[in-house]
Amino acid sequence: MRVQISIDKVRGPFVRQVEEISGQGLLDCNQCGKCSAGCPVVAAMDLLPSQVIRMAQLGMEEVLESNTIWICASCLTCVTRCPKGVDLPRLMEALRQISLRQGVAELDLGALPPELTKEVPQLAIVGGFRKYIK
Amino acid sequence: MSRIGVFICHCGINIAGTVDVERVAEEIGQHPQVAYATTYSYMCSDPGQQLVRESIAEYDLDGVVVAACSPAMHEATFRRAVAAAGLNPYRCEIANIREQCSWVHEHEPGRATQKAVETTRTCVEKVAWDEALEPFHLSVIKRALVIGGGIAGMQAALDVANAGFPVVLVEREGRLGGKMAALSGTYLNFSAAPGLLERKVEQVLDHPHIEVLAGAQVTEVEGYVGNFAVRVSALADPLEVGAIVVATGWDPYPLSRLPEYGGSELADVVDGLTFEGMLQEGRAGLGRPSDGRTPREVVFIQCAGSRDPERGVPYCSKVCCMVVAKQAIMFKEYVPEGQAYVFYIDIRSAGKGYDEYVQRAMEDHDILYLRGKVSKVFRGRDQVIVWGVDTLSGQPVEVAADLVVLATPMLPSRQAVTLGQTLRAAVDQSGFFSEAHPKLRPVESLTAGVFLAGVAQGPKDIPETVSQASGAAAKVLQMFSQEVLIQEPTVACVIEQFCSACGACVEACPYGARAIHPLWHIATVNAALCQSCGACVTACPNKACQIHNWTPKQILTMADVLVGV
Repeated sequence: MRVQISIDKVRGPFVRQVEEISGQGLLDCNQCGKCSAGCPVVAAMDLLPSQVIRMAQLGMEEVLESNTIWICASCLTCVTRCPKGVDLPRLMEALRQISLRQGVAELDLGALPPELTKEVPQLAIVGGFRKYIK
Repeated sequence: MSRIGVFICHCGINIAGTVDVERVAEEIGQHPQVAYATTYSYMCSDPGQQLVRESIAEYDLDGVVVAACSPAMHEATFRRAVAAAGLNPYRCEIANIREQCSWVHEHEPGRATQKAVETTRTCVEKVAWDEALEPFHLSVIKRALVIGGGIAGMQAALDVANAGFPVVLVEREGRLGGKMAALSGTYLNFSAAPGLLERKVEQVLDHPHIEVLAGAQVTEVEGYVGNFAVRVSALADPLEVGAIVVATGWDPYPLSRLPEYGGSELADVVDGLTFEGMLQEGRAGLGRPSDGRTPREVVFIQCAGSRDPERGVPYCSKVCCMVVAKQAIMFKEYVPEGQAYVFYIDIRSAGKGYDEYVQRAMEDHDILYLRGKVSKVFRGRDQVIVWGVDTLSGQPVEVAADLVVLATPMLPSRQAVTLGQTLRAAVDQSGFFSEAHPKLRPVESLTAGVFLAGVAQGPKDIPETVSQASGAAAKVLQMFSQEVLIQEPTVACVIEQFCSACGACVEACPYGARAIHPLWHIATVNAALCQSCGACVTACPNKACQIHNWTPKQILTMADVLVGV
């Protein structure tokens, strides 16, 4: 499927929303790929971190369907190394928030096994609510 | 019988690590014409050269062979040393036992040593027959001709003229300024450009030492370095000049050669130079060619026809990445509500402040760069549809554009090939003038006295053009600062008794150095033009042509040594 590119998309509401929530200029990224090269959890992702920001640059809302934005652990390795000073974890957070506002819930609380809720620290469970639930 | 000295260099371990240099000295020392043979660790060092000089006196030598590295490295060094000891420098030869011996036969020291002996022996045979030659002295006409009145030609003319020498500037168009006059502005300092060029043109036109011949062309060039006679279409008499600067610049690539991009078929697909003309008028000039409407979405296609050995040109025109960034920024300045897209293969922004400029285009002007070459451009309802790809996301993309700007390659000036023949200066397969050496002699052509400036030699931007033009001018001034030019004497000569004036040599000579004398009726050699290539020697049916110190006698004797006759 050929992606339609136009000013209404690349400067459209989705791009503006991502830029506003994340505080990042999407076109500051020149796609060098260093974030993807050093990401410690990249193996589990369906899109490279650099592809996530690329799709956001192009205004492709399909990026919200990627598992990458949920797998990103905000470890900050990429932002520490980014030559253009782009805070990619903030961008990932923005994409998660947009996704959650659309009603997507990645975490089914009821499905969590009781042993896990006993062992996992309270803080992590609350953090999980914030990150994965609307 | 000659008294030849042979000096064998160890070059540290470069030679001596493989070749048994002492054995070479011993074997060559037995040659009847060798009066002395020795070795030394670094013959090119001061003590090494001293050894050569002192041995000439001590052993009363009348010829020298230095067995060392390539003659390209140190032939001049040793010829100077020999001359300092009172020997004619043309009776010194270099036997290359490093590049052609120790380095290439590292694993066979025994045979390498044998080859070193043989190589050195051939040179001994050659020196035995070497004539004591004297270099030619040529006079210099201290006036320069500059061909082309663009920024390159004007800069070269000004630099030569400002040093006090007269310059004739020939321009095929009716005005000076070249392609720079067609630009809206330059990158890094956009608004300064028109004023910059106007001032240069004024300086040239007002200069007391520069004569401008506009609307004129060079039709014929005779003579040689320091003494050219040039026919220009505007003049009745030939111009006499000592040096020529070629600054013929470039011509645009025909859009019709890009049918897949709708070139010359779709009105709203234009080339970069046309877009420059539109930008010159600001927002008012940016109306689409088809309907005059201000474009909102503009697609720039880089490398349109470039880096395409199959259908276009194989080379990169070097300036387009920066020009496109500038054009996209200026479009956004004039049409802030618009959007610019740039399709690229990669961004080549090498230069001071250049990459920062491209980054600013992306960050500050929201210009979207898409990595991939556009496949086709075709007519939409009211727009042109661009089919490309974004390889970074792996997505094929489509943009409905109001205007498409193609960054097409710079072609060499359409007059370059003919002018090259007129000047006997070589052009490369793309039609750009060939420099004498790609690294170390970039402003000289292969023809002595003909220098190169600007895009005539290869695509480059304005600052680089200006640098090269000043470099060419410096080479001209270097010539003009000498009273006479010194020319190597190892050129072709004619044995007059054998010459039947058949003219085979005249036809064979690629440099126009040969002619039949109208009165004496024998072939002559213009020593200033001869490049010692030997074409006439092989062409001559009577063996009347020879090259000084490369005579058939010498070459055959050397061959005899190798085959053991």
